[in-house]
Amino acid sequence: MRRFSPVTVLGSFSVAVIEFLGSLGLLLKETSLMIQPALFTGRGKRLGWRNLWFQMVRVGVKSIGIVSLVVFCIGAILSLQMEPILRQYSATDKIADIIGVAMFRELGPLVAAITLTGFAGASIAAELGTMQVSEEIEALESQAISPVRFLVVPRVLATTVMMVCLAIVADLMGVLGGLFVSTSILGISAESYLRATFSAVEMKDFLGGLFKAAVFGCVLSLIACHLGMTVKGGAEGVGTATTKTVVYTIVALTFIDLGFTATFYYLGL
Amino acid sequence: MPDIAIKVSKATKIFGSRTVLDAIDLDIYRGETLVILGGSGSGKSTLLRMMIGSVPIDGGDILVHGKSLCDMSRTDLNEYRKSIGVLFQSGALYNSMTIADNVALPLREHTDLPEETIELMVKIKLELVGLREHATKLPSEISGGMKKRAGLARALALDPSILFYDEPSAGLDPVTSAEIDELIIKLNKLLGVTSVVVTHEMDSAFRIADRMVLLDRGKFVASGTPEQMKKSTDPLVRQFVYGLIDGPLTERKRTGAYESDLLMDNI
Repeated sequence: MRRFSPVTVLGSFSVAVIEFLGSLGLLLKETSLMIQPALFTGRGKRLGWRNLWFQMVRVGVKSIGIVSLVVFCIGAILSLQMEPILRQYSATDKIADIIGVAMFRELGPLVAAITLTGFAGASIAAELGTMQVSEEIEALESQAISPVRFLVVPRVLATTVMMVCLAIVADLMGVLGGLFVSTSILGISAESYLRATFSAVEMKDFLGGLFKAAVFGCVLSLIACHLGMTVKGGAEGVGTATTKTVVYTIVALTFIDLGFTATFYYLGL
Repeated sequence: MPDIAIKVSKATKIFGSRTVLDAIDLDIYRGETLVILGGSGSGKSTLLRMMIGSVPIDGGDILVHGKSLCDMSRTDLNEYRKSIGVLFQSGALYNSMTIADNVALPLREHTDLPEETIELMVKIKLELVGLREHATKLPSEISGGMKKRAGLARALALDPSILFYDEPSAGLDPVTSAEIDELIIKLNKLLGVTSVVVTHEMDSAFRIADRMVLLDRGKFVASGTPEQMKKSTDPLVRQFVYGLIDGPLTERKRTGAYESDLLMDNI
């Protein structure tokens, strides 16, 4: 029976992480190169736009409700949690400022991305995994149809674009959540809440959040597509890929967000 | 001497430390139906996948119409793939598309034909396999045999010169299996395509084959017409062809390294 030393475990873990990141990098490269043939040139565009539109509806439009609900509640929760502390400093009027900045810079894009990971990421991984198991991806290749062009490009583009749209919806719903609690429970007027929000949030907060959202969407869909298309071992493999997609994506999103926040902090943005 | 459509020359495939195909040679003639026989794990599906360019060749070469698969660029490989049709074991239909859209996909992707012409061609292909009236159904709404036939219609979409069949009778009842066999024979005669069939179903193999080869442990151990295979005196061929319980194949399983499996690998 084999025995593993801590060094072996650490080594093989590092190799696995590097291999995974390398595979994602290669998939990103191939996806980028396939955008033009999928949408703008040749015969690919005949189905390319239709596929893209279908994925945008599936990933983005259908998740608006759940993303809105989650972020609205987070806005409301933040408002309730901050009120007692801010009251000690007679600064309850700052609730709107804090929620606004937190939503636009951080929570809107991040919570929308995490919700979308469960909603669309898992679904993409399961769908492509099932296609892999049932030989559909091999059938595409055998018909000289690139699976990256036909399957990955519409999913990655749709998730990236719709993630930006969802981040805007999430930003607004988060602010509305805070506004709802502040006006109905904490006695702050809607007018002063909204005025405080718009004066606190700057354009750079809004645009920085949207940029992060686009990166989150791209990473989320790349991980889901990669893990789905590399499924091995039938139904169990599909289940494992779906779970891995959710776990890996949440870890990846958190690290990327940390990287962005640290960079923005040091750049003074 | 008939034309050679596919020439397998010293083709080798190695997975990890296991040699799945060991420098095998095989000539497949234009217009014939060649059946590749072999038990589970004998390497027959791997050979088929090497011939369609899905699995890389580790040694030797495979020439299709004189062109080496090993030397093909991605563009060349795609051009080659447009000239072949593959029927996968499960049918491998795209589940999100109707049967008609499945058949139309290669035409939409690889030709500039207008939609009206594509619809017409799809109807012709579906009529060939007897599925014209099921064109608007989704794969989940049709039976296993119909899925195979729909897969075949899709494989025929670009009028291939070579058709590859991976276990066409697998999972089908005897009547449906016989229908698929008849379809393979009909297409071979009607369209003059070269057919390469991988199977271990002997009834089906004898019905459709012009020639058969038997693959065992990565090597061809017998080849010939169905009649020659039936008359073979080789114990291994006889056991496989007649499905005998006693013979070299079962003997091999019985004398496997049980002791070492029990004692060595767990130490």
